[in-house]
Amino acid sequence: MARMNMIQALNSAMDVMLGRDPGVVVLGEDVGYFGGVFRTTDGLQRKYGEHRVLDSPISELGIVGTSIGMAVNGLRPVAEIQFADYIYPGYDQIVSELARLRYRSAGDFYAPVTIRTPCGGGIRGGQTHSQSPEAIFAHVCGVKVVMPSNPHDAKGLLIAAIEDDDPVIFLEPKRLYNGPFDGDPAKPAVPWSSHPRGEVPEGHYTVPIGKAQVVQAGRDVTVVAYGTMVHVAEAAARSLDIDAEIIDLRTIAPLDTDTLCESVCRTGRCLIVHEATRFGGFGGEISATIQEQCFWHLQAPIGRVAGWDTPYPHAFEWEYFPGQKRVAMALKAIMSAS
Amino acid sequence: MANRPRTRLHVPQPPARPGDRADFSYLKLQPAGAQPRPDVKVSALATPPLATGLVRVLDDEHRAVGEWHPHLEPEVLQAGLRHMLLTRIFDERMQRTQRQGRISFYMRSLGEEAVSVAQAMALRPGDMLFPSYRNQGLYMVRGRPLVDLMCQLLSNTRDMCKGRQLPVMYHWRKGNIFSISGNLATQFPQAVGWAMAAAIKGEDHVASTWIGEGSSAEGDFHAGMVFAEVYQAPVLLNIVNNQWAISTFQGTAGGEKSTFAARGPGYGVAGIRVDGNDFLAVHAVTQWAAERARKGGGPTLIEHVTYRASAHSTSDDPSRYRPKDEYERWPLGDPVQRLKMHLIALGKWSEDRHAALARELEEEVAAAWREATQHGTLTEGPRLDPDLMFEDVFKEMPQHLLRQREQLRAERG
Repeated sequence: MARMNMIQALNSAMDVMLGRDPGVVVLGEDVGYFGGVFRTTDGLQRKYGEHRVLDSPISELGIVGTSIGMAVNGLRPVAEIQFADYIYPGYDQIVSELARLRYRSAGDFYAPVTIRTPCGGGIRGGQTHSQSPEAIFAHVCGVKVVMPSNPHDAKGLLIAAIEDDDPVIFLEPKRLYNGPFDGDPAKPAVPWSSHPRGEVPEGHYTVPIGKAQVVQAGRDVTVVAYGTMVHVAEAAARSLDIDAEIIDLRTIAPLDTDTLCESVCRTGRCLIVHEATRFGGFGGEISATIQEQCFWHLQAPIGRVAGWDTPYPHAFEWEYFPGQKRVAMALKAIMSAS
Repeated sequence: MANRPRTRLHVPQPPARPGDRADFSYLKLQPAGAQPRPDVKVSALATPPLATGLVRVLDDEHRAVGEWHPHLEPEVLQAGLRHMLLTRIFDERMQRTQRQGRISFYMRSLGEEAVSVAQAMALRPGDMLFPSYRNQGLYMVRGRPLVDLMCQLLSNTRDMCKGRQLPVMYHWRKGNIFSISGNLATQFPQAVGWAMAAAIKGEDHVASTWIGEGSSAEGDFHAGMVFAEVYQAPVLLNIVNNQWAISTFQGTAGGEKSTFAARGPGYGVAGIRVDGNDFLAVHAVTQWAAERARKGGGPTLIEHVTYRASAHSTSDDPSRYRPKDEYERWPLGDPVQRLKMHLIALGKWSEDRHAALARELEEEVAAAWREATQHGTLTEGPRLDPDLMFEDVFKEMPQHLLRQREQLRAERG
């Protein structure tokens, strides 16, 4: 075991896989010599050579398109899109090509591509460096969508994604890179070394894709979250002294409905928390699924806390961010309904 | 004030519309043999004359002339003629079956057969092909049984795509032909990536891909060109300039002021413009580009100047946007006829042999059709199991798809 922050854990996952599988290649803007703008690929090109860790032109379309071709030719590309906000030029290649190749060729061709991309706000990134686009990938048949909330899961899930024969969109909540964040920007930053999930095995291990995790057991209400919002939800529940069960989805698609519904049927109450915008957001899908399967157990309407339905504003970042207060108010409303 | 210069939006117009006389005076042509053949390692920056000129080998007297003459054995030429003729006869038959309502949709490659056939013959079996939807000649060269292609067109029980794709969107893993997408130009950067992987692995296979002049306006073209140049990928990047993208003429794709091949040197990629209806010229240019790629010389952008003699698809009616007699006045002729006349001039072919070959291929296609329809059509006979709809979305079927499959089973009773 070692203490790692999320960047080191992700770096370690790629290091392990580059070492184990000669077919693994890493490519993206600034990922090679420089080691990535967030340092996630630091040292990998030096260790594995410039044929395995490639600096790419600034073209998300080209990064995804060439990754598909490489994968069809037997490699396992790990492509970095520098910010999730930049992924849209590659969207057609993801939706129409990467996600559908296995299906349209009846399994003859497939492309095991992992697309890593930092997402989410809380770093003063403004509207072009803060988006959480998980829902627009969850809606695409044929890609898996993953978002870890801590270094241990980040490494295990990234290794699982690279080894997966299906394409994976791997969203990294960048506010969590250096430490858990409970939603209060005024408090001093906390490093991962103080958090149990900052303990990370140095070698190879996987965290299964498609399995949610109950991060805190409880009886009164189920809070469903992922990414940064797992930590915000924990802090909000603590502040209210509510016996909340907190579920970290870890994988957005395919969704672990069994874990979710077992919990909600038991607690009878549910709050869904995500940072992405609310309308058409992934919370709607979770809510509908729970309503279908747990309706007769529900004691209160299912609640949703999300980012406002506006672009992520630079100057009003903390009014936008669904922080502890917004989560706590929603939790109170759910608990007082009868 | 009257003489003050003003900006004015330029909207390219084709030289002729229905009712007008066909006019190809806009085409920059060169006589056969006029282009020198440089060394395969020539700098991309020295290729503008090749990219703006026109490589032709067959002259008007059906002789092969000039430095690009590939000196192929007569048996190779005869095989090429056979593949092109088979492609044409297959296309004609499938067009008729669509008109009879047996298949839902079809796209012919009439007049463009050399683009696929000559290039596939000049490449090696291990080279990977990333086609568009008008490259069926590749399948003829690589020998996919016609029955397999027809079963795909019929979406029947032996459909290679299991009923998931529109007709003509074939794929063939064993034959190294990539799955065709209905989204245009997406294969361009994919072929570059495949070639990059070949280079990373140190193999000497090359990739080849085809897009139309119309879809070369997509961002995929630009991304493919940039990545190909940056990594010197061993790839052949073909633009099939068949003059028409459905109803839009090549000037609207950017062909009015420049050639499409001329974009190559701008990216640092060798560019060659070739007579796409000249089997020998396409073969020779492909050999050159493939050798260049295998020797580490990087990518080549090849513009094939040809003409889409058929409608875009069975859903299209070109008489509504172009003169009916355009193909008759097309200055580069018919690729099948030109290779046939060349072989006759060599004393290696005859009208009788040609007629006999056509009859043989027609019977081959008819027999394949009889066999293919045994496996069902879209509307008659055995059908694919709708359960197949849920397979291959992922390698392993996730819970939600298992549930939906059950739901459909219940719905069907």
